Amino acid sequence: MATCCSKQTETTFSGNARKVALVGNPNVGKSVLFNALTGAYVTVSNYPGTSVEVSRGNATVNGQQWEVIDTPGMYSIHTITEEERVAREILLHETPDLVIHVLDARNLERMLAMTIQLIEAGLPVILVVNIMDEAERMGLSIDLELLQQKLGIPVIGAATARKRGIDEIRAAMSAYRCPCEQQRFEYSRLLERDINEVAGLMQSDYILSRRALALLLLQQDEEITELVSQREGDGYAALAEKVREIAFDRRESFHLDLSLERNEMGRRIVNGVFFAPEKRVVTAAERLSRLAVQPLTGMPMLLIVLYFGLYQFVGVFGAGTVVDFLEKQIFVEIFNPWITSTIKALIPWEVIQELFVGEYGIITLGIRYAVGIILPIVATFFIFFSFLEDTGYFPRLALLVDRLFKHFGMSGRAVIPMVLGFGCDTMATMVTRTLETTRERIIATILLSLAIPCSAQLGVIMSLLSKFPGALAVWGGCLLLLFIVVGMLSARILPGEAPMFYMEIPPMRLPQVGNVITKTYTRMQWYFMEILPLFVLASVLLWLGKITGFFEVMINAMTPVMASIGLPRETAVAFIFGFFRRDYGAAGLYELQTKGLMDARQLTVAAVTLTLFIPCVAQFLIMKKERGWKVAGAIGIFVSLFAFGSGYVLNKALLVTGLLS
Amino acid sequence: MKLSEKAEEILEALWIAVEEGGAAFLDPEKMDFPADDPAYRELTGYAMIEIRQGMIYFRPEGINEGKMTIRRHRLAERLMMDVLNIRGDDGEFKACQFEHLLNEGADVKVCTMLNHPTTCPHGKPIPPGECCAQARAEGDLGVVPLTEFKSGQEGEIAYIQTEDNKKMQKLMAMGVLPGNKIVLVQAYPSYIFRVGYSEFAIDTNLAKEIFVRK
Repeated sequence: MATCCSKQTETTFSGNARKVALVGNPNVGKSVLFNALTGAYVTVSNYPGTSVEVSRGNATVNGQQWEVIDTPGMYSIHTITEEERVAREILLHETPDLVIHVLDARNLERMLAMTIQLIEAGLPVILVVNIMDEAERMGLSIDLELLQQKLGIPVIGAATARKRGIDEIRAAMSAYRCPCEQQRFEYSRLLERDINEVAGLMQSDYILSRRALALLLLQQDEEITELVSQREGDGYAALAEKVREIAFDRRESFHLDLSLERNEMGRRIVNGVFFAPEKRVVTAAERLSRLAVQPLTGMPMLLIVLYFGLYQFVGVFGAGTVVDFLEKQIFVEIFNPWITSTIKALIPWEVIQELFVGEYGIITLGIRYAVGIILPIVATFFIFFSFLEDTGYFPRLALLVDRLFKHFGMSGRAVIPMVLGFGCDTMATMVTRTLETTRERIIATILLSLAIPCSAQLGVIMSLLSKFPGALAVWGGCLLLLFIVVGMLSARILPGEAPMFYMEIPPMRLPQVGNVITKTYTRMQWYFMEILPLFVLASVLLWLGKITGFFEVMINAMTPVMASIGLPRETAVAFIFGFFRRDYGAAGLYELQTKGLMDARQLTVAAVTLTLFIPCVAQFLIMKKERGWKVAGAIGIFVSLFAFGSGYVLNKALLVTGLLS
Repeated sequence: MKLSEKAEEILEALWIAVEEGGAAFLDPEKMDFPADDPAYRELTGYAMIEIRQGMIYFRPEGINEGKMTIRRHRLAERLMMDVLNIRGDDGEFKACQFEHLLNEGADVKVCTMLNHPTTCPHGKPIPPGECCAQARAEGDLGVVPLTEFKSGQEGEIAYIQTEDNKKMQKLMAMGVLPGNKIVLVQAYPSYIFRVGYSEFAIDTNLAKEIFVRK
């Protein structure tokens, strides 16, 4: 069975970095361990399924170089979801020298099923029993020594979030020697016979043991079937026939039988290892959790969270106080005059001066918008979001709104991309990947690109309309209405099944400040890498448009459109801005409003149209990447037409009713 | 005492004719086998029926046996349709074979698993057995979908019933396996249940597919 050892020895002495893969169920602390080992920062969260992508980092352990690979959570080697497939890819194709299985001490019995699978696959496994601190608080005790004996692999107890056990894990990594005789977990006689029959027909060598592959073939795992059929060549026909025969014989309950057998193995292993107190300990966190998920207390709690987090912290503090300070005091009063005079002194040509410090200058407009307006709003939003994420509140929110979201053709799971969308729609569009069905992803993408304003836009629009409370109400009402209408329509129109909802609910935790900061920092970093070039590019294009006169042509071309929705021609500029980023466009409106060019009705119409209008270039590119050209293009066209159509209707409605005038 | 299959079929036909049809006797002509079949002698030997002027009559001892035989037949029908999803003539045929296995306590098990059904798939009543009366007396709900549990109620997972293989695997990966303990924490707006030390939220459709017993 010792398939792993023979392959490992070569790399060990070749001086190359050895590879270690972290695997395990969702939300057991793989990413925390990754960060602790590598000193790098991967976003860690208290939300199952957050690591959609594989992160890699380097670590030096006792002078040895290691490449550490963090994988998305998986429940079993037999993969069902996209994330699980990504995780298994690593095991299948990267030949890790070591696999660290991280599991949650409280659910030892259940999660051991995967440890068994990993050992059975002949992989070099170390088991990390994590979250020991919370387990101890609940009165659980685990005999790690005995567990190690029973499993025949190194077992380490840890609480990675509290930095407990990290040194032991490092020590175990460098001391790891593949056991010559791997523990063998016996299934029932009948299943053993089937496994042997299938495994006996395999000729090639694989990274995973034949025994594990045989089981995966019997589970009708498509990817493995594909892999084996390629490797086996001519011999595959006989193998496929055997698999079909057995699978047919056991068609009634193969998956169930296998799970039950593994469950039983887990039960036998934890017997004498795992001790739980007679009476369940109910922690304070659990009590809070109860309050969060009951509609009667949960809804007020949601409102409190939104009021303090979103309105007070992001809106009033971020978009108000901080923006005022940065944009008005630092940029407009101090920085811009200084840089303008400096540039003018340095560069004699007026055209080039314009490029940097003119009306649409890279510095005076691009950087000012990015740093002075967008940065504080987005930063405060990400702090709020990261904090909430780490408390474990989102899964609770998801189950609270699931029933409601089903009307829009989405499951409660979609609440995360929707909330994140209020921060950055582009990022949120990426996160729609965690939704189960394509249909759900498309609906979420449509709603994100249409009716969810991002924080930057939200901040600007709030300050724009704050002088007219009625306008703010109309704007909010319009968006809510359109969200509901478009959501319900797409749920009816788009073909496919209604989504199902299931989600693991992690315990509520008090977020660690360091973690929240790290997370906010990485998100900010991503955000700035993405938007700053666009802001600069937009400035350059606008500058080019201005000096070539193309800009003027564009504005003229858009004037009839603007007029049809009752807006002054100058707003065309904001809409052209808006093509680059919606917040950029909103900031453009802000300029117009300060100049006193628009009344309340016009502002409202412009704000609604712009909010609905085409998502920013970045979001469109991500949409294309995630959904493909066809879907992204269709959504783009739909959203543009819908935005102007709604603007037109709203303008007429406001004129007729005389509201806001 | 174990009756032959044919004897059981005679009892069933007689019971339906007498108890449900209101007749006083059954004409052996209506059976699929000749009137001199040894099965008749078997039944008269146990003093369950008597044959007068070529017609079959119940003796008091036979009525109860007939009732139990009918009960097993209809339980078998329910099993075929509800659990195994075999319908129509095929289901009927299989039920006819299966019913003969439902003796010596197997009927109690099946009846409990089916949660003491009162009617067969054709809408005819299933005569209640002792287990049904006992369950009623104890207020035992038997095996029910998770949706029937009250918040805070504890039970054991009996089986998962879903046509969708992926769903089944997902549930199993979450620890929803027959024999595991389960606590329903909350039922609205979503179902929250606890297995081991983990909590999961699922929607009504999934909750309907998890069958639990107290």
